[in-house]
Amino acid sequence: MGSLKIENVKKAFGPVEVLKGIDLQVTDGEFVVFVGPSGCGKSTLLRVIAGLEDSTSGRVLIDGADVSVTPPAKRGIAMVFQTYALYPHLTVKNNMALGLKQAGTPGAEIERRIKIASAMLSLEPYLERRPAELSGGQRQRVAIGRAVVREPKLFLFDEPLSNLDAALRVNTRLEIAQLHRRLKATMIYVTHDQVEAMTLADKIVVLNAGRIEQIGSPMELYNSPANEFVAGFIGSPKMNFIDGARLGETAKTIGVRPEHLTVDTKSGAWKGTVVHAEHLGADTNLYLDCEKAGLITVRIFGVYNAEPGSTLYATPDAAKTYRFGADGKVLR
Amino acid sequence: MSTATRSLPRTIGAHAILLTYTAIALFPVILVVMNSFKSRAGIFGAPLTPPTAKTFDLIGYTTVFGQGDFFHYFQNSLVVTVASLFFVLLFGAMAAFALSEYRFRGNTLMGLYLALGIMIPIRLGTVAILQLMVASGLVNTLTALILVYTAQGLPLAIFILSEFMKQVSNDLKNAGRIDGLSEYTIFFRLVLPLVRPAMATVAVFTMIPIWNDLWFPLILAPSEETKTVTLGAQLFLGQFVTNWNAILAALSLAILPVLILYVIFSRQLIRGITSGAVK
Ligand SMILES: Nc1ncnc2c1ncn2[C@@H]1O[C@H](COP(=O)(O)OP(=O)(O)O)[C@@H](O)[C@H]1O
Ligand SMILES: [Mg+2]
Repeated sequence: MGSLKIENVKKAFGPVEVLKGIDLQVTDGEFVVFVGPSGCGKSTLLRVIAGLEDSTSGRVLIDGADVSVTPPAKRGIAMVFQTYALYPHLTVKNNMALGLKQAGTPGAEIERRIKIASAMLSLEPYLERRPAELSGGQRQRVAIGRAVVREPKLFLFDEPLSNLDAALRVNTRLEIAQLHRRLKATMIYVTHDQVEAMTLADKIVVLNAGRIEQIGSPMELYNSPANEFVAGFIGSPKMNFIDGARLGETAKTIGVRPEHLTVDTKSGAWKGTVVHAEHLGADTNLYLDCEKAGLITVRIFGVYNAEPGSTLYATPDAAKTYRFGADGKVLR
Repeated sequence: MSTATRSLPRTIGAHAILLTYTAIALFPVILVVMNSFKSRAGIFGAPLTPPTAKTFDLIGYTTVFGQGDFFHYFQNSLVVTVASLFFVLLFGAMAAFALSEYRFRGNTLMGLYLALGIMIPIRLGTVAILQLMVASGLVNTLTALILVYTAQGLPLAIFILSEFMKQVSNDLKNAGRIDGLSEYTIFFRLVLPLVRPAMATVAVFTMIPIWNDLWFPLILAPSEETKTVTLGAQLFLGQFVTNWNAILAALSLAILPVLILYVIFSRQLIRGITSGAVK
């Protein structure tokens, strides 16, 4: 079991309000990702859930029980940090065992859980080493192992991949996804990287400046963003936003994703000059300076040869064009 | 060895500067130790030469060990220094942890108040301290000295340690909290080992002035029972005649314990730097 309910949680540091009323429900076994730009309050929200920070107002319920006065160690949670946060003076094994020892778990049970976790994360050869003798990826796996052995109701991850290099990040991401499938545990994962959010989540919570902008599955957010912020944050390269007035539209802003534009050398809706072309092999990103639409990005699948300075016409897919009102909300 | 970062003239230059500095720094110490092994005539006749067969004399040391209870003075100095050091480090680190870790009303103000002592010399309060000690019946006890030295050492200790404690990873402390460690365990087992180099620095800075102090032993604890080494050595400093042999011998002996403590702390310091914190 591991459900979570957050009711109107607010958090202020002095006069600065960091969380401005968060309501959220997470059901058992769900993988929920909090995503948002740096400084929007993701870590603060996670720390409030963990009990490392008291909320200014509002309630946090784990499995239906209000945990407002429960210390972190008694909440049935485990947390993985960006900086690994391993105990430098303990071996890998003792790092994993410490929390269980504190909770008074019998020695044999501790051994059993460490054995399972270290097999799951291929940590067996390193059990007697100290954290200083491990690489970054191994350290993060130990940190994940330390969370796994606690058999928590709720896993909390705070940007666990941010300190790893790109290749390792993809591997560890895969491991976390598999871990979720095997353990069927409830996981809450914080990241500023929308790719991690899209690839891992059952449900994404988009945060901005202490507020929830939208909650939904990755495809819901991609296909029907509620507002300009979500539309711009989800998807890479970023959605093009074009001033509605320049296109003779009633909407304040028109949004088109780079992949929903097609180009042609002879005719099309928007005439433009190629500013730059990025060749990624599988796809090509073109930056066009258009007379009507301004600077836009076009994503073309496969190889496309376009010389900077040459003229191209871009045409948006009308069915996949978004219209936003003056308040940033999507217009239906 | 890479030639990009090391060139011979540069190495020689650096070593020349360091050696000169070492010579200047060690000169008075060597002079004191050297002369402590010479006769009175030897000291005044040729103060800069090492003891020869003719001038070699242990009269200084025999006087020191014969007159007064020097071993006892040593013990007093050591007790006062070690106890003060212990309390300065313990309370200093605890206060620094509270200031850097917990948000509470008046945190900044409290930090400033505690650091005020760096700027105001404690000797300004000598009269009040003496009255306090008289009133509490602590005159002529080592406790009086330990209390005063602890107060004297705390401001700088808190100031330096709180800066260092702010740099200890929050994630590490939070990981400890989630694993159910108490705040005390987090402080003693996780945070203190990581600020050990800073502790060693503070220890060295705190220890030397305490060991060398003459003022407070003279005012608060001048009795035979509680004399410290620096005060004891005054015995040989007369208005008309000064027993230089004995003074030099006493000073040479007084260097030893402080040297030993320094070696202990500096090893901690180096180990702390080279072990590297885990990121
Ligand atoms: N202990 C603190 N004291 C004061 N302000 C804080 C504290 N922790 C976080 N903040 C502020 O709260 C905001 C959100 O921080 P955080 O939750 O860490 O953002 P992120 O979404 O990047 O994880 C930031 O503007 C940060 O400056
Ligand atoms: Mg964060």
